Amino acid sequence: MRTGRWAAILGAVLCLAAAGDPADRLHNPTQEARARSLFRETRCLVCQGESIDDSDAPLAADLRRVIRQHVASGASEGEVRAFLAARYGDFVLFRPRLTWTNALLWGAPFLVALAGLALLIGRPRTAPMADLSPDEEARLLALTRPSDNMTPELSSKNAPGLTET
Amino acid sequence: MTAELGSFALILAFCASLAQVGLSFAGRVRRDATLTSCGEGAALAAFAAIAIGFATLIWAFVTSDFSVANVAANSHTEKPMIYKIAGAWGSHEGSMLLWCFMLTGYGAAIALARALPWALKSLTVGVQGALGVLFIGYMVFASNPLLRVLDPPVEGRSLNPLLQDPALAAHPPFLYAGYVGLSVVFSLALAALIEGRVDSAWARWIRPWTLAAWSLLTVGITLGSFWAYYELGWGGWWFWDPVENASLMPWLMATALLHSSVVTEKRGALASWTAFLAIGAFTLSMLGAFLVRSGVLTSVHAFAVDPKRGIILLGVLGVAAGSGFSLFAWRAPRLKDTQVFAPISRESALVVNNVILAAVTSTVLVGTLWPLLLETVGRQGGVGGPYYNLVVGPLMAVAFIVLPAGPLLAWKRGDARGAAQRLAAAAAVALIAAVTVYALVSPTRAMGAVGVAFGVWLVAGALTEAAGRLRVGRASLAENARRFVALPRGAWGMTLAHLGLGVFIMGVAFETSWRVEAAQVMPVGGTMTLGAYRLRLDGVTVMPGANYDAEQATITITDRAGRLACLARPARRTYDVGGATTSRVALCPHGLDDLYTVIGERRAAGRQSTWLVRSFVNPWIHLVFLGPLLMALGGAISLSDRRLRLAVGRKAVARLPRLAPAE
Repeated sequence: MRTGRWAAILGAVLCLAAAGDPADRLHNPTQEARARSLFRETRCLVCQGESIDDSDAPLAADLRRVIRQHVASGASEGEVRAFLAARYGDFVLFRPRLTWTNALLWGAPFLVALAGLALLIGRPRTAPMADLSPDEEARLLALTRPSDNMTPELSSKNAPGLTET
Repeated sequence: MTAELGSFALILAFCASLAQVGLSFAGRVRRDATLTSCGEGAALAAFAAIAIGFATLIWAFVTSDFSVANVAANSHTEKPMIYKIAGAWGSHEGSMLLWCFMLTGYGAAIALARALPWALKSLTVGVQGALGVLFIGYMVFASNPLLRVLDPPVEGRSLNPLLQDPALAAHPPFLYAGYVGLSVVFSLALAALIEGRVDSAWARWIRPWTLAAWSLLTVGITLGSFWAYYELGWGGWWFWDPVENASLMPWLMATALLHSSVVTEKRGALASWTAFLAIGAFTLSMLGAFLVRSGVLTSVHAFAVDPKRGIILLGVLGVAAGSGFSLFAWRAPRLKDTQVFAPISRESALVVNNVILAAVTSTVLVGTLWPLLLETVGRQGGVGGPYYNLVVGPLMAVAFIVLPAGPLLAWKRGDARGAAQRLAAAAAVALIAAVTVYALVSPTRAMGAVGVAFGVWLVAGALTEAAGRLRVGRASLAENARRFVALPRGAWGMTLAHLGLGVFIMGVAFETSWRVEAAQVMPVGGTMTLGAYRLRLDGVTVMPGANYDAEQATITITDRAGRLACLARPARRTYDVGGATTSRVALCPHGLDDLYTVIGERRAAGRQSTWLVRSFVNPWIHLVFLGPLLMALGGAISLSDRRLRLAVGRKAVARLPRLAPAE
């Protein structure tokens, strides 16, 4: 009984240690490829931002084994992801699923792009007419007198209709 | 004694920065050139004092003065000299000192700059001083690298072995020079907003600083990426890790700024947007500095993590960015932007570039902060590489399609058909390249072929534009050569940067689509197949190193014909201090490819020892690193443009304080 238990523990440890090894690979190459792509999308929870595909940690090896089992038994990618998320939380997935919570995450980049494009398209196409106050008219006259050189003040004011030469 | 001198110098630098703020702003308000000159003097003094403090820290590392807490925690007498010196910025405190060194260095550079008008310059020096007060204050009060310990240990605890690499000597200085270089642009933007004048002249003044910071940041990120490539042993070079994202965000923002400031400079348009980017770029630099050090996000590159002080850094970030954006919100609506341009014009192309870069930046920002955002609503979650690839890929694809057309379009109203005609050849070349790659490179990968098409399109587009500028085929060779010399360097810099982007994209397409990987546990004499290559583990020897023992494997790699392709010597190092192990990747350059070999730990299987050997063929990986270096070189060439240097000549007029009201 006692030796049996030790053998079981030893077996489990060996199994864990060997999980990262190439020997664990599934025989069916398409299934193995699917498992590998899932590994790359799964976070190693005890590591610092590694995927379980990269990690040497025992937990990563454990997860690789579980995913391979699921894939071998014919589970789809979505099913495996759902299983992982249910068991470890969404944190485990490097590619978050499309849920309402994640709407901002998936939507923000495209919102920014669309807003930018809308601003670009909505720009006024014609320059607004210059409406100068009498004071400004006087300054303009003073500044455009031929004896005056262009000063930075003038070029930088960007008075509408003035800089278009 | 030197450490006390250094501490004193740091406090002095803090005081000098305070004086820099006070004198510069007071001088501007009272229109007193003497006061602002004193402010500039204070900026030089702050830099000199920080340099002294930095020198004393390096000296403490060089002499292994373990009575200094930071040295005791991060150094060791047996560490090679290069890591003793580089170790000075390998810790939280030391890296902040490097940051402050750069910050005051740039402050001194502005103080010495002669091209800026007096009013703008005095305010810029003042704002830069305020940043100095914040960061030097943080360092002096919360993160002093020169504090002594009461009971000095006989030996230090040594530096994290992962950091003991020649790259530590080069990567952080470049990266920080880039990050902090953006502080100048930040200060110039705030100064211009206070002055109420963000115009084409201002856009010209920020250009050299943006170019310098952007080029240095590009080099810094590339070095870091290469370091991760050979240090982590995973065969990859970019992992969309929070720390990498932290460096990418300011880079994206600075890239957008480089392009929008062109519009502001040439056409006087987009002024407030350019100012926004100028503030945003350095804000993201500071955000990066906070994320990397606070430990709020998990990262493979985490170093110098200290959550307690992270909160203070967040405060520093909040004050700097908060006041920057508040000022922007207050002043920007007064900036007039009435320049018009047609939907097909160079302005529009540059706006598309900016919109996409802004969208990509927000992708990276939201993705990086997502775990924190979710935590605030009591959920857990995170994103990784697959998310970014999925979102950033299509966005950038749009930018890549538009990019070669941009420089061919005229300002205000461009000729779409003319640009399309000139780019027809480039498009044809890209299409042929894609089809060829799809047909010839096995296994067939559509995404890889598309990526190659984009890369070739960018390179061919850049060459088309350059050929047009030289009038190749439309003028004599002598005329071509004359134009080659006479054309402004800024234009050549742009061509080279766009070409570099194309080279980078080609590398990425090849590397991600056709990387071959193999892993096998093998004893000495074992063999394994890696794509077209064969690996044989010839032997493993134990070799002593400077402060570690290495288990080094000799692996013969032969190609299909049986010729020797490479003698790889990957190793595992076990460091004497702390017993940490690191793996040393063996890289065999082979044309544009790398044969990449890693050896795992020794495993005892019965009487025989075995090792896990992982190996990769990374096709065209060299282009991934060459491309960004070309981009940085383009930035440097652009920086040497006569038009930017000519601004220096106007100093005599520009320096005189203007007594007339500026508003």
